[in-house]
Amino acid sequence: MRIVVLMKPVPDTTGQERLLPDGRVDRAASAAVVNANDEYAIEAALKLTEAAGGEVTLLAMAPANAPETMRKALAMGATRGVLVTDPALEGSCTLSTTRVLAAALRGLEYDLILAGADTSDGGGGIVAAGIATLLGLPYLSYAAKVEPADGRVRVHRISPTGYDILDAPLPALVVATQALGEPRYPSLKGIMAARSREIATRSLSDLGLDGSQVGGAVATTRLTGSRAPAAREATVVVREAPAEAARWVVDFLAARRII
Amino acid sequence: MDFALTSEQELLRSTVRTFAEREIAPRIGAYIETDAFPEPIVRGLADLGVFGLPFRAADGGSDGGMVAFAIALEEIACVDVSVAAIVFAHSSPATILAAYGSDEQRRRWLVPLAEGSLIGAIGLTEPSGGSDAAAVRTTARAEPADDGGSWVLNGGKTFITNTGTPLPGIAVIVARVPSGGLAAFVVPDGTPGYRVGRPLHKIGWRAATTCEVFLDDCRVPAGHLVGREGDGLRQALTAITFGRVCVGAIATGLARGAWEQAVAYGRARRTFGRPVTDRQSIAFGLAELATRIDAGRLLTWRAAALADRGAPFRAEASMAKLFATRTAVDAAETAIQVHGAYGVSREYPVAKMLGDAKVLQIIEGTSEIQLLLLARLLGISDGDE
Repeated sequence: MRIVVLMKPVPDTTGQERLLPDGRVDRAASAAVVNANDEYAIEAALKLTEAAGGEVTLLAMAPANAPETMRKALAMGATRGVLVTDPALEGSCTLSTTRVLAAALRGLEYDLILAGADTSDGGGGIVAAGIATLLGLPYLSYAAKVEPADGRVRVHRISPTGYDILDAPLPALVVATQALGEPRYPSLKGIMAARSREIATRSLSDLGLDGSQVGGAVATTRLTGSRAPAAREATVVVREAPAEAARWVVDFLAARRII
Repeated sequence: MDFALTSEQELLRSTVRTFAEREIAPRIGAYIETDAFPEPIVRGLADLGVFGLPFRAADGGSDGGMVAFAIALEEIACVDVSVAAIVFAHSSPATILAAYGSDEQRRRWLVPLAEGSLIGAIGLTEPSGGSDAAAVRTTARAEPADDGGSWVLNGGKTFITNTGTPLPGIAVIVARVPSGGLAAFVVPDGTPGYRVGRPLHKIGWRAATTCEVFLDDCRVPAGHLVGREGDGLRQALTAITFGRVCVGAIATGLARGAWEQAVAYGRARRTFGRPVTDRQSIAFGLAELATRIDAGRLLTWRAAALADRGAPFRAEASMAKLFATRTAVDAAETAIQVHGAYGVSREYPVAKMLGDAKVLQIIEGTSEIQLLLLARLLGISDGDE
């Protein structure tokens, strides 16, 4: 089974995020990490290939320093990385990103594409659906279980009342959720060996695209403003014994009509 | 001169830190309270690959070297020193096998040690002598036979960390051979005549299991002798010198953990209307400590980097150990003081740190031994005897 996982380097939310004057996140100001939802997709891909054989390719569209982030995912056990990077991609909107990743996928061989539900920076959550549309692939979202077999894939999709059981022919695109299981730690052996794993870079021209089709200049969405969230109010710490503490919490919530 | 870590070392550091915060911090308290070996945590560390970090890939390790190992030990010790102590104690016999073991010995014992499926201990210290490594009284005599023969060990060791754990283990036992020199022998659990006594109860390293071991006509095949007869002292000193770098890293981690707890608590704790960290007596003390923690880390990393390059690092290892462990004791004491009465409450993680820090000033050569060694190595004196 050949699996491509879409992964995005995002600013580390445990650090100090900073906004640029134009409202975008200053990516140089904080360390990049693998988008947390993508880690569930990577974990699911690794489990599937460990069980049935195959290989996992990571695909990202990101600035040129992204290999450092990609190496963490490689250290978890992925086979190789493909990084689409080009100065002309700066300021790309969701539609540009979708087109670029779809073009990159046309150059890769795969049976299954896995993606995280959304990213912790942009948070649009529609790139994966757009890619499936452009490539004409079945799109199976919010997967709590992924079972490929005999050229088809069966997915338990989380629904408001339980699960929808979806079935589609491969190749297909599946959106992973955390119900697929906690991502593993990258092994220290894997970290030390990750340098030897291949990360291929692709420019726009490699993909047969040019700067007039994608990037900030042709963005279909515009950022009109952004602001840091309001500082959290002072935290109340309840130090009573459990029974008393529970009573206190119930009273606190009831007074605010939350329960 | 470049003080920056490589991207692998940065990723290693963040991975071990995350593991320590998620897997060790919430669970270790119960083991410490009962002086119990944290088996699930140790198995997790094995899966993560911590035990093999400094060793060659061909020996089941990951070619990380001592700098990487120091980084990992600091991150673990920042959360809990007992766990770091288990990893460190395990590395001593592995270091001896890596440096002096035959191909067969490395395949048989070092690979599982590096993978963490076997737990390792070093049996050097005896009841009658700790820092004086040459004063070993345990004996080994050869019994030749057609099948290669065997060695028979008699004596006892004490303060042997990583014996008496629920995991399968080996101890590398240092004993005196008839020629008068020392030799190191691999003694696996279950060897007839090898008995592990009761766990010792300590004020620090409480979740690391430390026992006495007894050797009564303990017989091991000739192939269990590591290297040559008479090389035992040199082998033990190699492990101890590497061990001093490990202790420097653990002490740095402990001090950093204490410092972080002190700053977090001190900023939130208000007295007379202001955070206690606004008081100059506390703020300056913590600023001074931060400086010493960084200095200890740099000394440790220098020694580790020299070791990785194959350069001499004995004096540098002693300096790192001496300085970082003193910092650790002071940091633990400061952290407790900043916490006031909560600092001596066992509910707070700083309470355990003072005992953990004191152990670091004693093992792998006391602070006094480091000074003695440095006086000799730096050409100050020929010793005080």
